[in-house]
Amino acid sequence: MKPQSRAALLFLTPGMALIALFFILPVIAGFFLSLTDFDLYSIGDAANTRFVGAKNYASLLDNPLFWRALTNTLYFSFVGGPLTIAVALAAALLLNAKLARFKALFRTIYFAPVVTTIVGVAIVWKYVYHPRVGLLNRMLDAIGIQGPDWLGDPRWAMPALILLAVWRGFGYATVIFLAGLQNVPEELYEAAKIDGAGEWKQFWHVTLPQLGPTFVFVGIITAIGFLQVFAEPYVMTPDGGPLNATLTIVMLMYREGFRWWNMGYAAAVAFILFAMVLLATLANTLIRRTR
Amino acid sequence: MKRLLIHAALLGGAVATIIPLAWMVSASFMPQGEATRFPPRLVPSQVTFEHYQTLFTNLNLGRAFLNSLFVAIAATLLSLLVNSMAGYAFAKLRFAGRDRTFTLLVAALGIPAQVAMLPLFLLLKSLGLVNTYAGVLIPYIATIYGVFLVRQFMVSIPDDLLAAARIDGASEWRIYWSVVLPTARPVLATLAIFTFMSAWNDFMWPLIILTDDEKYTLPVAVANLSGEHFPDLELMMASAVLTIIPVLALFFALQKQYIAGMMAGSVKG
Repeated sequence: MKPQSRAALLFLTPGMALIALFFILPVIAGFFLSLTDFDLYSIGDAANTRFVGAKNYASLLDNPLFWRALTNTLYFSFVGGPLTIAVALAAALLLNAKLARFKALFRTIYFAPVVTTIVGVAIVWKYVYHPRVGLLNRMLDAIGIQGPDWLGDPRWAMPALILLAVWRGFGYATVIFLAGLQNVPEELYEAAKIDGAGEWKQFWHVTLPQLGPTFVFVGIITAIGFLQVFAEPYVMTPDGGPLNATLTIVMLMYREGFRWWNMGYAAAVAFILFAMVLLATLANTLIRRTR
Repeated sequence: MKRLLIHAALLGGAVATIIPLAWMVSASFMPQGEATRFPPRLVPSQVTFEHYQTLFTNLNLGRAFLNSLFVAIAATLLSLLVNSMAGYAFAKLRFAGRDRTFTLLVAALGIPAQVAMLPLFLLLKSLGLVNTYAGVLIPYIATIYGVFLVRQFMVSIPDDLLAAARIDGASEWRIYWSVVLPTARPVLATLAIFTFMSAWNDFMWPLIILTDDEKYTLPVAVANLSGEHFPDLELMMASAVLTIIPVLALFFALQKQYIAGMMAGSVKG
């Protein structure tokens, strides 16, 4: 072996061994797990496990709770994701405006929720949404609107979680958009102005197309994050919320796998999540290509 | 006029962003029951530390705080060592199959962590690592993202620098330790912040792997507490402050490195 290859082996081994053993291997094992009936009895003695083929997937499709979780997760992601991106783009455009002052300060404030601990902010927002003494209903009260019991009403529980997610997540996308905006060549705007384009036209024909790759990246990151939602509903609306209105895919996986120990079944849920993340990534990239 | 509108919008956004956090801090210092009284108060009538006291004395949250601190610091140190070594090998050492392995690794970047969790739990159970600090730490130490981040930075370290050290007869370890690591300080700072924060903030994995409340990290302990003490708004706000403020302070102190690292991770798009 060449000396560099030997050195490389030494440098790679700790990290790659850990990644292989504690990530790659479990992912592969997870797929096989999803093809078995591994449950509480298997934990006692692995000999109690049988290969059942695609049965777990089939019975998931028959389980109304799974469809509930899937619809909820898609609702959360397809409303929350675009909303986050829209708010972030608006914030980035404001921050990028030539007239704007104190940009660094505003940027820091917008970004701050991104680094907060989800469990911590979930607790705070649980009180924000309190039907009587919550901040939100008190403010609505002040302008003469009687707010709903946000987390207790099956129609409002998911929008409430979405609002929290937008609040916590838009700062991240804002900073990425801001970098994208700063990379748009000034000449393009100059040229558009000479052609008589107003601000709206400049935004539509210069800014947006130039931000294309940024949209793809932000779209993928946001989609992945939203599809994996777990801690917010776990803390704010335990056990799936009113009429399971906030039961998500990852919550279903947690409940089946770590509460009822139906690990084969839960592994099937995990792989459906995997497929959803993969699809979201592909979709974002494809949308970009066809434009 | 336009200038005014822009600033009104910016300010409105900032106020909306800050309000929940400001309320959290303010209510945590209010005497019991004051935050839920009518008319609502924005600032405490008198500042009290009683809720923090209760958290530390009766509710054992100090223990959870130390657990979180220990896990986050250990994760950070180990992740710095292990990921920087692997990242360095991918960036600067020549070996068969290097680029192909790296491409595969990056492809696996998109796999959600939850997909590995069930088998990982069973694996750690068979190793006797359930309900141990080691069990919590394991997924944080070597990460594909960490290797990727370090590698992307180290590719731009000039080869001449390493060649010169080799001619001087320095060992490979010596080169890594005294030439590469000091040059890579910015990316190491970024990796350190990311690792610390994600270990501190993580909820699902410690919830799964820890069964004993003496070992709970702060998010798990606080989530548990909110089940029993939900009516005590001021107390729960204090527990949220305890959980959130350390990472928020860290971010304010090191935001330049944080943002720079975030952008470095995003240029692949």
